[in-house]
Amino acid sequence: MGLFDFFKKDKESTTQQASLDAGLEKTKANFFEQLSKAVVGKNTVDEAVLDDLEGLLVHADVGIETTVKVIDRIEARVARDKYVSTGELDRILREEIAALLEDNNSGSMAVLDSAGSSGQPYVIMVVGVNGVGKTTTIGKLAHRFHAAGKKVVLGAADTFRAAAVDQLIIWGERVGVPVVSHGMNTDPASVAYDAVRKGVELGADVVIIDTAGRLHNKVNLMNELSKIKRVMQKVIPDAPHEVLLVLDGSTGQNAFLQAKEFTKATEVTALAITKLDGTARGGVVIGISDQFSIPVRYIGVGEKMTDLQLFDRHTFVNSLFKK
Amino acid sequence: MFDNLSTKLDRAIKTLKGQGSISEINVAATIKEIRRALVDADVNYKVAKDVTDKIKDAAMGRDVLTAVSPGQLMVKIVYDELTELMGGEKKDITIKGDPAVILLSGLQGSGKTTFAGKLASYVKKQNRTVLLVACDVYRPAAIDQLKVLGEQIGVEVYSEVENKNPVEISRNAIEYAKKNNKKVVIIDTAGRLAVDEQMMREIEAVKAAINPSETLFVVDSMTGQDAVNTAKTFNQRLNFDGVVLTKLDGDSRGGAALSIRAVVEKPIKFISTGEKMDALDLFYPDRMAQRILGMGDVISLVERAQMQFDKDEAKRINAKIRKNQFNFDDFLSQLEQIKKMGNIKDLMGMIPGMSKAMKDVEIDDDAFKPVEAIIKSMTKQERANPDILNGSRKRRLAKGSGTDIQQVNALMKQFDDMRKMMRTMNKMSQTKGGMAQMQKMMGGMKGGPGGMMR
Repeated sequence: MGLFDFFKKDKESTTQQASLDAGLEKTKANFFEQLSKAVVGKNTVDEAVLDDLEGLLVHADVGIETTVKVIDRIEARVARDKYVSTGELDRILREEIAALLEDNNSGSMAVLDSAGSSGQPYVIMVVGVNGVGKTTTIGKLAHRFHAAGKKVVLGAADTFRAAAVDQLIIWGERVGVPVVSHGMNTDPASVAYDAVRKGVELGADVVIIDTAGRLHNKVNLMNELSKIKRVMQKVIPDAPHEVLLVLDGSTGQNAFLQAKEFTKATEVTALAITKLDGTARGGVVIGISDQFSIPVRYIGVGEKMTDLQLFDRHTFVNSLFKK
Repeated sequence: MFDNLSTKLDRAIKTLKGQGSISEINVAATIKEIRRALVDADVNYKVAKDVTDKIKDAAMGRDVLTAVSPGQLMVKIVYDELTELMGGEKKDITIKGDPAVILLSGLQGSGKTTFAGKLASYVKKQNRTVLLVACDVYRPAAIDQLKVLGEQIGVEVYSEVENKNPVEISRNAIEYAKKNNKKVVIIDTAGRLAVDEQMMREIEAVKAAINPSETLFVVDSMTGQDAVNTAKTFNQRLNFDGVVLTKLDGDSRGGAALSIRAVVEKPIKFISTGEKMDALDLFYPDRMAQRILGMGDVISLVERAQMQFDKDEAKRINAKIRKNQFNFDDFLSQLEQIKKMGNIKDLMGMIPGMSKAMKDVEIDDDAFKPVEAIIKSMTKQERANPDILNGSRKRRLAKGSGTDIQQVNALMKQFDDMRKMMRTMNKMSQTKGGMAQMQKMMGGMKGGPGGMMR
């Protein structure tokens, strides 16, 4: 069908589901251990159960606002249905969480399909704060595209952090795709410009631009991002086709501010959430899906080159609730 | 957030009014609010629960003062409690042995390598010879990164490109340090997840092999609820001596600091506040408590201002203020500097009391634009001698800047007020030095945008 078929194929295979299961193992273990603790010795969902549930969701980094929303919805259901047993809580929670994810994660793939086939490279600009795993995510992304027979060009526009360019070049060699770089301390916008131009020259399908990590409260650095974006548009007027914000899965409430500020500067179109294997916090995915109308597109669940998955809410919720 | 919290608390403990002291009944609802506020600042849920229980005890029986609202009183109690929890005795890092060895550990992307560079620079400034050791054999170009940093700060970096065994590398590095008369060895390690058994065993082995006098756990201040588990596991495996909080130049509230402190009871020894090699600071519990509570943080504001303000420029302007020669050129240059400090609303939020006033006001950074336009429409002569601006000149300015005469007049009035205020402050503060100077600047700033935003 299109650009992202290779992801889908993988997902259908049992290994991929297994790796997501394994990656989210901690989240699940924690979540259900505690959920069963919360309802132990009780028949109906009462105030105390809801209180425990609040703690449980908050503890998974879902965030206060979304948690309160979920609790309110469940409260309303309890009031309506009069008698809700604790056994049903599991099912209700699953429905509520699936609903939260549903609101923002549907129908995004079609856009990508058409964008890839327009004869011009599909330009992805990757942004985020320091240390969230941008370069690693790009390496993994490049690998997936390359493995699917797509022609990929990488642009090393993180010219600030020591050895960031080298890091991307090594990834380029590993994956076997060309990297456009001007070395350290050069103008990132000009690297991005050249990378996009090179992509056009080579007839590439995908151009991925790495940018330096920046804290979202640094005005000048955020302005720089807008500039990088503008400069690319001189080569391809509608580039970048995707602005991918990478968020660290272990980040707490600050993730919301990051999403907000980066969106202000660059109109983020998709999210990648990394390091979900190491934390008990798959919950941040739920909170972010609820608070922003930006789809979660990728999740990183391990350190291997293949440990980047296209986010699928059904797989995710299934994985979260599988006992 | 602070104002927000105290407003919420005011509402929650309305029943308190008319009563002389805080009691069990009227405090219950507030405790929940406080807990949510803490959790919102990324304090671990369980830690927040413990803390609020303590706060409840501390609050019980306290007399309600007439001068402050009960909400404010509660916030003060919370603030005191947090400060105390994160406080305790201040401990510097232990540099002992020949060579003294410092081991760094933490998750991926927490900022270990950058911190390694900063620490090396810090130790070097104490006139000790330092050797940085690159033990991150996994991440591509991690060794290069440390080498680049080492070059920047003039510290040698030890690495073995072919060797993939961190235990051997660190052992060899210590031998190398002995031979080459390096007194302090700082070992940067690969980022690892606390759940990665193999990697955790590796760093245990490194520690056992080199017996460091200081083991530090480096953690991102933006970390959420999981900070507790990570810190706990690293502490069990490494029994680290202290914590380093990174990326505090961001706007995270840093609740992780409190969680970690509460769970592992190890001191926070450094905070890291930027990408430059000297952006390293000691930890102050009171400031952290303010940050977690989102209280107006005047100290941070002043520091941020100091960081951005050009010292020479500030000196020049200060001299002009003293001579009462402050003019539009100076005003413009001040505006430029303020803009460099970041988002105006954030800055305002740092001034106590302001954040409440600014709660619903949306200020964008364009607020200064008309002011700038007016000033830039002035001739050199006009900027230097604002007094010559008469009606006809003002009309010209309004036209030239695309504003109207009212706006020009408002600016003039504001500028006059500013000068008056500066004169007064000048008389008041006879003390010299950075602080007094900054306060003047701040005074000027407050008067500056304030008038235009009405």
